[in-house]
Amino acid sequence: MARVRMRVDGVVYEDEVSPRTLLTHHLRDGLGRVGTPIGCDTSNCGSCTVSMDGDSVKSCSVLAVQADGAEITTIQGLADGPEWHPVQKAFREHHGLQCGYCTPGMVMAAVDLLKRNPSPTEDEVRHGIEGNLCRCTGYQNIVKAVLSAASELRGEGAHPGAFSTPPAGVPA
Amino acid sequence: MIPAEFDYLAPDTVADAVAALAADEDAKVLAGGQSLIPVLRLRLSYPTQLVDLRKVQELRGVRDDGDALVIGAMTRHSDVVADPLVQQHAALVAAATATVADPAVRHRGTFGGALAHADPAGDLAAVALALDAELVAEGPGGRRSIAAADFFQDYLQTALSPDELLVEVRIPKLEGTWSVHYEKFNRVAQAWAIVGVATAVRREGGSIAEARVGLTNMGSTPVRATAVEAALRGVPAEAGAIAEAAQHAAEGTTPPDDLGGKADYRQHLARVLTRRAVATAAGV
Ligand SMILES: Cc1cc2nc3c(=O)[nH]c(=O)nc-3n(C[C@H](O)[C@H](O)[C@H](O)COP(=O)(O)OP(=O)(O)OC[C@H]3O[C@@H](n4cnc5c(N)ncnc54)[C@H](O)[C@@H]3O)c2cc1C
Ligand code: FES
Ligand code: FES
Repeated sequence: MARVRMRVDGVVYEDEVSPRTLLTHHLRDGLGRVGTPIGCDTSNCGSCTVSMDGDSVKSCSVLAVQADGAEITTIQGLADGPEWHPVQKAFREHHGLQCGYCTPGMVMAAVDLLKRNPSPTEDEVRHGIEGNLCRCTGYQNIVKAVLSAASELRGEGAHPGAFSTPPAGVPA
Repeated sequence: MIPAEFDYLAPDTVADAVAALAADEDAKVLAGGQSLIPVLRLRLSYPTQLVDLRKVQELRGVRDDGDALVIGAMTRHSDVVADPLVQQHAALVAAATATVADPAVRHRGTFGGALAHADPAGDLAAVALALDAELVAEGPGGRRSIAAADFFQDYLQTALSPDELLVEVRIPKLEGTWSVHYEKFNRVAQAWAIVGVATAVRREGGSIAEARVGLTNMGSTPVRATAVEAALRGVPAEAGAIAEAAQHAAEGTTPPDDLGGKADYRQHLARVLTRRAVATAAGV
């Protein structure tokens, strides 16, 4: 067993883990933060994407012991209290999801992309979320959502009809 | 799936990492984990111990060493792509690395890990070969330098012994005015190359003075297309001459025959992509 300490969505956790524990399992099973789903065994789907020390990573492809001392943000730490992150709002507004399984990872990948490239072209958005697979939407509305969030984040105004507060029953 | 049990060590120095590897023949190096962790999850490998290099600071970063650029083994793909020295002196490395996987994988995967993994479908081995890189290894007996041409020995097999670390890679700077291009062919997102072509071309006036061509996924190791290089020497930098030289690209290759493509299709791709890569690099 190894001792790991990490800050996840603003809360510091210190635990004993087996070295083979994947970060994604530690988040879900160890810390109960189940907002980050697991979609594959091959590091391809990206549904498990979280931010680790400011960089997007596939949390199924990081050992919990490698994240010792790290700052992790999951989809559950993105909202500012009841206020959704502009990318979350845009996914809702533009119907950037259907079953929702890929959405936590897709949103985290999009947030990472926009941090590095605040004004992406459509092509750059498609490449920026290349590591995240969606089996439902055909990507069209996801790309629209990311482009819309980009313009909102640049301060070019919210898009008409965007919700600023999640509806009841939806965890922020 | 969950990997099988293993012990974990994260030493601070190369010397301690080498000592740990020497003490346990079933120990394995962990770099970015972007090839190793999927392998462990699929239970294709059962190391007793992982020796994680994440704390070994001396293995990270890029430095200018006169006639060569030196890239530390633990330098992440995303840092290689963004590095101004790499862009200036080893633009082919930056171009190929930008095509590796996807942003999240590039945030973890390392230059040294990709070369040590030695997947012939990986994009960086052909680049190392085309640029005559020297791979520097350290083991219990000290350091040694291995030419790229000797480093890649077979599918996933390198000249490193189990108790050796790849510590850094020396990439000779190209003298004169070279231009480079990496042409990668695949069909879907975040996919490995079906075939890839790494080229560097030095023009003198209207002709090609010198060219380097490395091929990805055209055999069990990366391949240097020496017949193309010879055929390009001194020819006019124009489409017809380049197309003719590119006809030699598949000579002597034994590409894989798999779901990504049949061997003869890959040989066809090698010729087409070599023509495109050289033409793009030569500005034709
Ligand atoms: C979804 C996905 C898509 C990918 N697509 C591509 C692609 O298109 N092109 C491409 O080139 N690669 C691709 N990769 C692989 C990626 O480039 C990896 O980063 C790389 O192969 C391994 O680097 P790593 O640092 O993660 O090494 P690890 O996974 O940690 O290690 C890989 C192997 O090398 C050994 N090793 C690592 N570092 C050293 C060292 N310093 N000394 C001695 N041995 C060492 C390890 O023991 C292990 O056997 C992809 C990976 C994924 C998950
Ligand atoms: S679960 Fe599929 S990439 Fe992590
Ligand atoms: S919404 Fe179902 S996988 Fe993307």
